Amino acid sequence: MVFGFFIILAMTLNFGFFIGDLADPVHHNVYEMYAAIAVNLVATVLKFGDRTQVGALHLATSLVADLQLIAAAVIWAYAAHALQGGMTPHIMASIVSLSGGAFVANVVSAVLLIIETAQLRR
Amino acid sequence: MNSALFLALRRMRAPLLTLIGSYAVSILGMVLIPGVDGEGMPWRVSFFHAFYFISYTATTIGFGELPNAFTDAQRLWITFTIYLTVVAWFYAIGKILQITQDASFQQVLAAERFRRAVDRMREPFYVICGYGETGSALVDALDQRGVRSVVIDINPARAGEVELAALQFDVPVLAGDVRQPDNLSLAGLRHPICRGVVALTNDDHANLSVAASAKLLNPALTVICRCESDAVAASMAAFGADDVIDPFSLFGEHLATAVRTPGHYLLREWLTAAPDETLREPLFAPVGRWVLCGFGRFGVRTARGLEAGGNAVTIIDADAAVAEHAGGVCGSATDARVLEQAGIREAVGVIAGTGDDVTNLSITQMARRLAPGLFTVVRRNQRGSTSLFEAAAVSVVVQPAAVVVHACLATLMAPLLARFLRAAASESNAWANELLARIAGITEERVPEIWSLRVDHAHMPAVADSLERRPVPLGGLLADPQSRLEDLPVIALALEREGALQMLPAADTALEPGDRLLFCGRGRGRRRQVLTTRNGNVLRYVLTGVDLPGGWMWRRLSRSDPTHQA
Repeated sequence: MVFGFFIILAMTLNFGFFIGDLADPVHHNVYEMYAAIAVNLVATVLKFGDRTQVGALHLATSLVADLQLIAAAVIWAYAAHALQGGMTPHIMASIVSLSGGAFVANVVSAVLLIIETAQLRR
Repeated sequence: MNSALFLALRRMRAPLLTLIGSYAVSILGMVLIPGVDGEGMPWRVSFFHAFYFISYTATTIGFGELPNAFTDAQRLWITFTIYLTVVAWFYAIGKILQITQDASFQQVLAAERFRRAVDRMREPFYVICGYGETGSALVDALDQRGVRSVVIDINPARAGEVELAALQFDVPVLAGDVRQPDNLSLAGLRHPICRGVVALTNDDHANLSVAASAKLLNPALTVICRCESDAVAASMAAFGADDVIDPFSLFGEHLATAVRTPGHYLLREWLTAAPDETLREPLFAPVGRWVLCGFGRFGVRTARGLEAGGNAVTIIDADAAVAEHAGGVCGSATDARVLEQAGIREAVGVIAGTGDDVTNLSITQMARRLAPGLFTVVRRNQRGSTSLFEAAAVSVVVQPAAVVVHACLATLMAPLLARFLRAAASESNAWANELLARIAGITEERVPEIWSLRVDHAHMPAVADSLERRPVPLGGLLADPQSRLEDLPVIALALEREGALQMLPAADTALEPGDRLLFCGRGRGRRRQVLTTRNGNVLRYVLTGVDLPGGWMWRRLSRSDPTHQA
């Protein structure tokens, strides 16, 4: 239950952040992004230590999502605090597209989870 | 690495989740609580600054309140986060340290290191199962001969001793049960250059399972097993073990040989000892009545061997039933009265064959005091007591562990040697003494090197090439390639042709392709012999005395030079 909850939550939060106009900062909430990162990290740790093939794939998708989201967060922090011009639509677009990539990884993870569950039922 | 990593990751779940959770709560709180900037305007900490602040606070670095001084509401929250995150860090670090110290984790790491060390082996090696008295002596002996080995022992303390042993090569060691085929596979049973497996544990069934796994997983391996029971020995042979060594019977036989035909005993010792050991002088044991102390598994076989050689044996054993059954004297052999009762004064020799070194030594001392000039044979059980036995100046010291090691070496190093020694046993003692004298003459009191060669293109290309044109006598391989009239310090011990063994072949024996030769001699002789067997020009010089120029250019030049051709 906990495992599935975090995987689905990671996906939904990420989707919520991702959806909207690509370059418009108004459509993308920083809190949502933060929650997505935190939940993704938790989901990753929950996947640690499973030696099966599916377990390894689960972990891989999570690591991919983490990597993309953290990259997006670093770009955001850099744009908001360190860059002279501040946030531009161009930078926002790259942040959101990175989170879009992470979202795909989340979806793969969720699909794996569903497949695994379906096999258990049989 | 994989299994160790997974084990560590699985156990690190809880501490990592605690860390992530505490960070997430702390950062979110920092962001949500409103603050004021330098000019008193409302200001909110960004996620970036919150992460920065929590990172240095949680790790107790504490740079201060950045980028603006905090409000009291923020400070209240920070007080809470300090306790939360610092405790989370301590918990996580403690847990990680605990994981790395954990015995099962360490074991997984050790097994992984072992697997990699075995995988990296680039020279032929043997797997030694059991690192006790015998196993350690065998690893030592192999190491001195430049042969690599891999050790498995069930006892981690004994496995640890490998690292303390003064070996020239790195010997990978695994603390594990040899009865599990996985452990044997880990030790390189299926490694392409693994040569063989030697099972030397105290447990016959463990040794049997080693033989079974080895022969089933990799039939090409040479397998040698130590075995104390005849029934298990038969099973080992059924699995195809190349040699089954019963230490008790072998030791008994050796003790009997040492007494009956010391020449053979010494010959075996010399040919199978570690190289560069000092040779021991031959001894001549008297024939007559012997007193044998200790009538256990060793004693029975020794007595049998002695009686077969025309000696009479009186037995002393502490166990009344055993002594009575054997028609001997019951009591402690260290007691002068018991020795007298066994007739020590009329005996020609005494054999101290109990399982205790100190008892054995005191038996010989007591016996010598009662009857000076007695021939003394002592069984030595522990390796560490060498100096004691040297100081006691007994006639013959026989070591069960060494006996097994020598038998293993004979089979492993030169299969032809084992055959030679078996054949030599049926020759007379005088024959053995003569050969010993010859060996002593060339080796200058050092243990000779033993090597075998096959007459083919791989081992001796020059000889194989030459054989296609003209016969090559064995003597050619024994002559010094630097001056052909002198002999190399090498003796040809045996020649195997189409399965038949020829002992001490004469120098004029013509070699044939496919012959196998067994040599013994000094390292110098062996190195010089390589010149003859591999270089056609050297071989031609040794056989004919004509020193032909070697290179293509020189050959052309010398052909055009009429004086040289003549």
